[in-house]
Amino acid sequence: MSASPTLAIAPTASAGLDLARIRAEFPILRQRVHGKPLVYLDNAASAQRPKAVIDAISECYSTYYANIHRGVHLLSERSTAAYEGAREKVRAFLNAASVQEIIFTRNTTESINLVASSFGGSTVKTGDEIVITGMEHHSNIVPWQLLCERTGARLKVAPFTDAGELILDEYERLLDSGRVKLAAFVHLSNALGTLNPVQRMIELAHARGIPTLVDGAQSIPHVAVDVRALDCEFYAFSSHKIYGPSGVGVLYGKQALLEAMPPYQGGGDMIRLVTFEKTEYADLPNKFEAGTPNIAGVIGLGAALDWVNAIGLDAVAAHEHELLDYATAQLQEIPGLKIMGTARDKAALAAFTIQGIHPHDIGTILDREGVAIRAGHHCAQPVMQRYGVPATARASFAVYNTRDEVDALVKALWKVKELFE
Amino acid sequence: MNDLRDLYQEVILDHNKRPRNFRILPQPTHHADGVNPLCGDRISVFLDIEDGIIRDIAFQGAGCAISSASASLMTEALKGKPVAEVEHLFEAFHNVVTTDCECPRGLGKLGVLAGVRDYPSRVKCATLAWHAVRAALERHAEPVATE
Ligand SMILES: Cc1ncc(COP(=O)(O)O)c(C=O)c1O
Repeated sequence: MSASPTLAIAPTASAGLDLARIRAEFPILRQRVHGKPLVYLDNAASAQRPKAVIDAISECYSTYYANIHRGVHLLSERSTAAYEGAREKVRAFLNAASVQEIIFTRNTTESINLVASSFGGSTVKTGDEIVITGMEHHSNIVPWQLLCERTGARLKVAPFTDAGELILDEYERLLDSGRVKLAAFVHLSNALGTLNPVQRMIELAHARGIPTLVDGAQSIPHVAVDVRALDCEFYAFSSHKIYGPSGVGVLYGKQALLEAMPPYQGGGDMIRLVTFEKTEYADLPNKFEAGTPNIAGVIGLGAALDWVNAIGLDAVAAHEHELLDYATAQLQEIPGLKIMGTARDKAALAAFTIQGIHPHDIGTILDREGVAIRAGHHCAQPVMQRYGVPATARASFAVYNTRDEVDALVKALWKVKELFE
Repeated sequence: MNDLRDLYQEVILDHNKRPRNFRILPQPTHHADGVNPLCGDRISVFLDIEDGIIRDIAFQGAGCAISSASASLMTEALKGKPVAEVEHLFEAFHNVVTTDCECPRGLGKLGVLAGVRDYPSRVKCATLAWHAVRAALERHAEPVATE
């Protein structure tokens, strides 16, 4: 991965995107809510799906669905081929060395829990430490807290500045204790929009022999990820944030580590041989995929990655960056509005508060104007506590958003002001 | 904008801006916190109860306009009332914010929150303070959640 892929591109590069055509591929965007055209700016919570993804899922169920890895019949063979084909697409998307390093889960949360439970459970002992950052989503906090409770290890939190930038020196200092067993951190913060210097963070950890996990839930649709260039031990993301179906997640893990780790769940598909005395586990990746997976969902994720590749993540990132700049400039014109998260390296979302108006009220009023945003703590309550606010409003962008939609957002925000004057 | 005015009525905006009984009672006979897990909003209610009558009631906390105004209006409605009436009022209020019922006259100003019924995701905001009061009366030590 290049050092800062999002920012390396001039904003004008987005001129290459045919937005009308892209939007036409998303059936859900063609609707009115409360009598107004839908302006969907809650993409950081979950993106929408293009027709190619919906069709891939529908085709699976209509023509060739069967359980995988166990049938000798044609449908099972076809389903298995499509499912494993999607694994290869994920491998290529992340530039992983082997499909054995790609584990399908339910979501980012489960991917992280898998590592906490299996890797953490087998390597972390009393007195050890796990390092995270202060801007983590709850799903990269709570699994480690549970692990610490079970093992007597301690969680160490690297702080960030008022602008929302990680304090790298503090992070490095925490790594120096000699007791750290893993550093786990978010690539792109869902509460602040901060793009963390993950390449550097991984290098700093590796210099001390510490393995790393990157929470890629937000970065995956915005930043080109090359796990071999990053050299992280684990990378986790969710299908539903990159135009794929919900209910599917991915855990990338380096093969040697995954091989050494005990299984996460037991059951069918993850075994080689079961007797009542002893069970031999299956090889990777099946060892970590117990039970019947979300077959059509995984196939849908494959279709989503094809779709993103056809447009090109660099073009997507450039377009979103231009939208973010455009939105940021206009939001700053609104009296009393404060943007939370002003890191130099930032992508895809603007979180903000308005003096004297609770984000929930902003969200409700915007909804009546057709504008869907998220209001709340964004599953990052420690970030809210850091800034002393209960919640924020957040507009987050995807490839199909337009400048007109930013205008609609801003216009609706002026209405909020008017109503509360 | 008009239907938004049904939700954000003048009375609500006024109580949001200048909440009544917004303070701490130093020695309440009853006290509880309410938390809305959806947004993390937290409200504390304090009651002074003597001979089965709510002599004083107050609240503290940060919340949206709906939850702040509802808490403020609730304290006005409950001050001086017998404890035995709280459940009746709560039931009537809950009906008003969740169903299409006629607003009973006994509810008085609380009726301005009827607009919430068209915003199902906001019902919890309107009932948060009430849940806290009911918990205080049952003397819950733990903060109550709206779900
Ligand atoms: C940074 C980050 N990490 C983890 C998650 C959890 O993702 P999921 O709910 O798909 O498991 C999210 C989702 O919002 C996120 O933004």
